[in-house]
Amino acid sequence: MHPAFSVIFFTVSSGAGFGLFALLYLADALKLGGGLSTNQLLIAGIIGLVLISAGLMSSMFHLANPKNAWRAFSRWRTSWLSREGVFAMVFFPFAVVYLGLTWLGMKEFETLRMLAGGMSMLLAWITIFSTGMIYGCLKTIRQWNTPLVPANYLLLGHFSGALLLLIVAQTGTVEVSSYLNIVLALLVFAAALKAIYYFWIANPGVVSTINTATGFTRARVKLLDAGHTHGTFLTQEFGFQVARQYALFLKAFVFSAGFLIPLLALFGMFGTLTSGLTIIVAIMALLGLIAERWLFFAEARHVVNLFHGAQRC
Amino acid sequence: MRLGLVIDLDVCVGCHACAVACKEWNASGTTAPMTDYQPYGAEPSGVWFNRIRHYEVGEYPNSKTINFPMSCMHCEDADCVTVCPTGASYKRAEDGIVLVDQTKCMGCNYCSWACPYGARELDRESGTMKKCTLCVDRIYDLKIPVEERQPACVNTCPAHARMFGDFDDPNSAVSIEVRERGGYALLPELGYNPTNQYLPVRKAKPIPTENLGKPGFKEKLKGFANRIVKR
Ligand code: SF4
Ligand code: SF4
Repeated sequence: MHPAFSVIFFTVSSGAGFGLFALLYLADALKLGGGLSTNQLLIAGIIGLVLISAGLMSSMFHLANPKNAWRAFSRWRTSWLSREGVFAMVFFPFAVVYLGLTWLGMKEFETLRMLAGGMSMLLAWITIFSTGMIYGCLKTIRQWNTPLVPANYLLLGHFSGALLLLIVAQTGTVEVSSYLNIVLALLVFAAALKAIYYFWIANPGVVSTINTATGFTRARVKLLDAGHTHGTFLTQEFGFQVARQYALFLKAFVFSAGFLIPLLALFGMFGTLTSGLTIIVAIMALLGLIAERWLFFAEARHVVNLFHGAQRC
Repeated sequence: MRLGLVIDLDVCVGCHACAVACKEWNASGTTAPMTDYQPYGAEPSGVWFNRIRHYEVGEYPNSKTINFPMSCMHCEDADCVTVCPTGASYKRAEDGIVLVDQTKCMGCNYCSWACPYGARELDRESGTMKKCTLCVDRIYDLKIPVEERQPACVNTCPAHARMFGDFDDPNSAVSIEVRERGGYALLPELGYNPTNQYLPVRKAKPIPTENLGKPGFKEKLKGFANRIVKR
């Protein structure tokens, strides 16, 4: 599949934003490390909202006819893309109420504040899951049609969100070790799942072939002529292929920048961790995740390629 | 009603006439226009509802070239419709035709991702998704003579490799042909239940190319004539 930068940025940015917000609420509710200060809660919350909004805005650039984008909320009964939009929009009022009441800090509204926060956490989870299912539900792309995909989106969103939360936590007086532990735990799970995913896609198992695509199942089938002189929409959108060497190199980058270097940096600096260093680690990890998302698209092979001569997908 | 096409792979000669007729009719049809990019330039490309590909099946000398027209299959379980977030993609209950409402489409490409047959192409000019309409504006047009109320591709095919009809009616020509000739669907394992069906190539004796035996009298005469006549 053709990797569109707007979609890559959208999934990484809004994933991190939703992950950050959900963890922020959990940290707040459990008074993690003594509890974040009001200012910290607000700053983290606003970073989350900015990331989510930037992501949603970027996803608009992917549309060829954005003036009809408002209609995308109408098919939430069947379409995961529509569901994602609806849940993301429903998330905003709860998140704003939660942050607003946090800002006001009035004791009599505490229950309402926690309720709104809890709802925004749930909606954040559902939204990331929906983003994953946009890809996971497609039967046409074997590399996406697996529960590993939404799980991957959830874990990576929370991992990057946790890193950002750690940065915020470091600016105050809270005990940061519990925040650090959350980052490390999510990092390990996310990396393990990503590794499982890469092993899983490497072994195709039973797949559609050029034979089932054409119906000539008893002989070898070879494309003689695709029937077009130059590329078509189909070759542009689905014909993208990444060289094996390049993919391997990028995978190494995903694991080193996304997981290994952050792990070593965070472990090594356990006592002396400063928020400046964590920012560098977070930028590193986000670059890793962008590479991860790029590969997620580049390595996906749509079955339509079978009609253009691919022997299997 | 379940309208669709039958394509006889044994008969298709790969002339692309159906694709051209389709383009001609639909350039001013319900989803018009069908934009061309650089039609006279170095990289001509554009929107087509119907594309013909050519395959070699089997190994020489028992191989055969098969021409393979493909358009929207008007699937029974069309994921392109379920995934569409705007409701622009829909399947008509009355005749099973799958269409895109050009006034609702936001050009997200999602339906094209869901279609295994490459039947949907984004028109970069209008920013909307385009696809085969089964010439919905032609097959119901009472001003057209009855026998011509068929999709443009079917009407034009010089080899009569295409047939159009109602698959829900067991006595329709399409149902009978599919039943009798073992018509099949493409990529059945994906479960889209496409309406369009393909008729397989008939078994033909391979033409021998080796161990042909001694030439008979006729061959000898031909060989002699070939040697003495200057070409
Ligand atoms: S062939 Fe593709 S576009 Fe046509 S109905 Fe089936 S899935 Fe939809
Ligand atoms: S491109 Fe148009 S028809 Fe296709 S899914 Fe998007 S909005 Fe629906």
